Amino acid sequence: MELGIVQLGKPSACEGTCEVVKRRRFFESKRNAVALAAGALLLSACKLPTFGAFRGATTQGQNEFHLWQGFIITAIFVGGITWGVLFYAVFKFRRRGDHIPVQTHSNLKWELIYTIIPVLIVIGLFAATFVSENQIDAVSANPALRVTVVGFQWGWKFEYPGGVTIIPKGSTYPTLELPEGKTTTIKLVSNDVVHGFYIPAFNFSRYALPGVTNYFDFTPTKTGSFVGRCSQLCGLYHAEMLFNVKVVSATEFSGWLATQQQKVTA
Amino acid sequence: MVSHPATKGDSMTIIAEEIGSHHHEEAHHEEQPKGILLWLTSTDHKIIGKSYMYTSLVFFIIAGALAMLIRTQLFAPNNHFVSPQTYNELFTIHGSMMLYLFAGPFAFGGFANYILPLQIGAPDMAFPRLNALSYWLYLTGGISMLLGFLTASGAAAFGWVAYAPLSSATNSPGAGPDLWIVSIALVGFSGIFTAVNLVTTTFYLRAPGMTMFRLPIFVWNMLVTGILILIAFPVLTAALIMLWADRHLGTHIYSVAGGGVPVLWQNLFWFFGHPEVYILALPFFGIVSEIMPVFSRKPVFGYKGLVFATMAIAGLSTGVWAHHMFTTGTVLLPFFSALSLLIAVPTGIKIFTWIGTMWRGQVDYSAPMLFCIGFIIVFTMGGITGVLLASPPIDFATHDTYFVVAHFHQVLFGTTVFAGFGGFFYWYPKLTGRMYREKLAKLQFWLTFVGFNVTFLPQYLLGLKGMPRRIAEYLPADHFTTLNQISSVGAYLTGFAFVVWMINLWISWRKPIAAPKNPWDGHTLEWATDSPPSHHNFDRLPPIRSQRPVWDMNHPEYADHRVSHGGVLAESTETSNEE
Repeated sequence: MELGIVQLGKPSACEGTCEVVKRRRFFESKRNAVALAAGALLLSACKLPTFGAFRGATTQGQNEFHLWQGFIITAIFVGGITWGVLFYAVFKFRRRGDHIPVQTHSNLKWELIYTIIPVLIVIGLFAATFVSENQIDAVSANPALRVTVVGFQWGWKFEYPGGVTIIPKGSTYPTLELPEGKTTTIKLVSNDVVHGFYIPAFNFSRYALPGVTNYFDFTPTKTGSFVGRCSQLCGLYHAEMLFNVKVVSATEFSGWLATQQQKVTA
Repeated sequence: MVSHPATKGDSMTIIAEEIGSHHHEEAHHEEQPKGILLWLTSTDHKIIGKSYMYTSLVFFIIAGALAMLIRTQLFAPNNHFVSPQTYNELFTIHGSMMLYLFAGPFAFGGFANYILPLQIGAPDMAFPRLNALSYWLYLTGGISMLLGFLTASGAAAFGWVAYAPLSSATNSPGAGPDLWIVSIALVGFSGIFTAVNLVTTTFYLRAPGMTMFRLPIFVWNMLVTGILILIAFPVLTAALIMLWADRHLGTHIYSVAGGGVPVLWQNLFWFFGHPEVYILALPFFGIVSEIMPVFSRKPVFGYKGLVFATMAIAGLSTGVWAHHMFTTGTVLLPFFSALSLLIAVPTGIKIFTWIGTMWRGQVDYSAPMLFCIGFIIVFTMGGITGVLLASPPIDFATHDTYFVVAHFHQVLFGTTVFAGFGGFFYWYPKLTGRMYREKLAKLQFWLTFVGFNVTFLPQYLLGLKGMPRRIAEYLPADHFTTLNQISSVGAYLTGFAFVVWMINLWISWRKPIAAPKNPWDGHTLEWATDSPPSHHNFDRLPPIRSQRPVWDMNHPEYADHRVSHGGVLAESTETSNEE
C-alpha cells in the first residue's frame, strides 16, 4: 500500500478514510461532492492505473512512479476543473441576440480564489517532489557493486570490478548486468559529447557529460531484461546507441561476475 | 460572415477629438515610393510589420514542410526515407526555424510592430530606421540558416539547442553549422533592436490620455516581452560568439581538453532559452487577451491581475533555466523545481481571467475566437504536463523523450499557431483592408485542432513508453510503430489545414471584400482608424479615458468612463475599477 497518498507526504497510518473526513470539514457543504470524489480516488489508490508509465523495476523507479501517480491525479483534477469551467462558459454564454452584457471588470473574491488555491497545490507538489527526489538521488556509502558506465559515440562501455569490461561487439548491443535486490552505484562519464543514459523501465535517465562525473544508485526489484537507450542527441548514430539491462538474482550475478573475472585473468 | 454590423466604426468621427498638433506636422510627408522600392526603403512600422509577418509565415511553411518529412521518416520502423544525417538536419532546422525565425519574429516583429503603435495612438515606432535594420538583419539571418542546406557538409545537425561539445568544430565540422551560428546571432541582434524599439515606443509615444493602466493587455505583454528579450538575447549572442571562437579562433571555452566547461553552454543557452519560451508565449497571451473581450462584448476580466501575472511570469522565467538540466546532475534541484512549479500560478491566473472574460458575456465564435478557445484547451494541457516535468524525479523518467516533445508542442503550437492564427484573422481586415472567408477559416481551425491533437497526444504515450526524441529510426520490437503512424497521419492533417489557409488568402486576394474600419466592434485604438491605416496612422483620435476608448465611443451608455457627444468629458469619473 505504498501509494500515491504516502508519496504526497500524508502519514501512512491515516489511510484513505480520514482523508475523506478531513476534506469534508475543509470544503463545507457546497463542495462535498468534489471532496467525496477526491477521497474516493485516494481510497482506490491501491488499484490506480499506471497512466501509461512504467511501474519502475528498481526501488528508485517505483518511488518515481508513485510520485508520478500523485502528480497525474492532481493534474487530472486541475485540468478537468479548468476544462469543465471553460466548456461550461463556451456553451452557456454563447451569443444569443444583440444586447450588451453586464460589463464586469473584475471580482476580487474569485481572483483571490484562483490565485491562492494554485499556490497551495504547488506547495503540496513541491513537498512531495522534495521528499521523493532526495530518496531517488541518494547514493549509498557502501553499495554491493560499483559499475563505471562510459558513453561514447556511439555505444556504451560497462566497467565492473576486477577489470571486467563490456563493450558492443559487432551488431550486438552491450548488456549491463545487475544483481536483484542489491544496490549498485553507477559512475557515469563521457569523453566525447553529451549522452543520455536512459533506462525507461527504471524510470531514470542521467546525462553522461564531458567534464562531469555523475553517481547514482539502482536497486533492482525484479529480474528480467530491459532496454537501455541514449536519450540525448549525440550525433549521427544517436538512435542506434542501445544497450540491454539484465537483472539476475544475486547468486547468479556473483557467478557471472566471477566467470568474467576469470576470463580477464586467463 | 461578419458578426457585428460594419457601420459601427463610421459613427466615431462625430465624437472624435483633434489629436496633438505635432501629428499634423508629420502628416505632410512627401510622396511614398511604390511596389518593391517601398518595401526596400520603408521605415513605416506597418510596412515593416507586414514584411516581418509575411517573412515569418514563409519560414513557418518551410519549417512545417520539414516537419512533414520528419513524420514521414518516423512512419515506419527501420525506415530509410532519409539518412540519419539528413534527419538530424531536418529536426535541427525545423526547430530552429520555428523558434528563431517564426514564433518570435511573427509576434514581436509582425504583430507588435504593426499593432502596438496603433494601440497606443502613436504615428510610428520610436526608432523607425532601427526598426528597418531589425527586419533586414532578420531576413539575412533567416536566409543564412537555409543556405546551410546548400553547403557540402549540409545544414547544422546538432538540434536547435546546439549542445557543446557536439557543436564543436571536431564534432560538427563545416560551413552549415557556422551559417547556423551566424543566422542566430543576426536574428538575435534583430530581436534586441526590436525590443529596444517596443519598450521605448511604449514608454514615450503613448497618445495623451493613454496612461500605463489604460494600455491594452497586448501592449503590456509586448512591453514585458521586450524587457525579457533585453535580458535573455544578449546572453545567447555572447554564448554564440564564444562558440564561434571555439570553432575558429582556437579558444577552449566549451571543451574539456583545454580546461573549458561544456556544461557552461547549457547554462548560458537555457538562461536565454527559458525566458525565450515566455518571449514566444507572452505576445500570444496578449493577443488572446485582446480577442476574447471583443468577441465576448465585455472588458477583459481582472485587468490588473493579468498585468501582474505577466510580470510574475517574466520575473520567474529568469530563474528556471536549469529545469532543462535536471538530468545533468549539476544543478540545485529543489530551487529550480520550486520556481518552475510556481510559474504555473500566474499562468493559471491568465487562463482563469480568460474564462472570466467570457463569463456572462455574449460570446461570438468567429474564427479568431475559435482559435483562442483552441489555444486555451491545448495550452492548459501543455501547461499541466509542464508542471509534471518541473518535478525532477518525473523529469528523470521522461527527459528527452517524446513526452517532452508533446509537452512543448502543446505549449508552443498552442500559443504561436492557435493564438497566432487567432490574431492573424482578428487583425487581417486591419492589415489588408479585406475580409477573409469565415467558413474557410473555421474549417482551418477544426482541421488544425483535430490534426494537432492526433499528432501530439500519442507522443505523450510514446514518451512514457521510452521513445527518445531526435532518433532517426526505431525497431519493430520497440512497439512504437502504431502510435507513430497515428501521429504522422495527424501531422499530415495539420499540414492540410494550412493549405486551406492559403486558399483562403488566395480567394481574399483575388475576390476582395472590403473591410470596414471596425468589423468586430473592437475596443482598442487600432479600430478607430482606416483599414489599412493611413501613412501616419491617425488623423483623429477618440478621447482616451479608459482601456477601451473605441468601445466607449461606440457604446456611450456602456462606456467605462461616460463620455458626452462632442468629445468633451461629462465629468471626471476617475474612480471605479480602472485606477
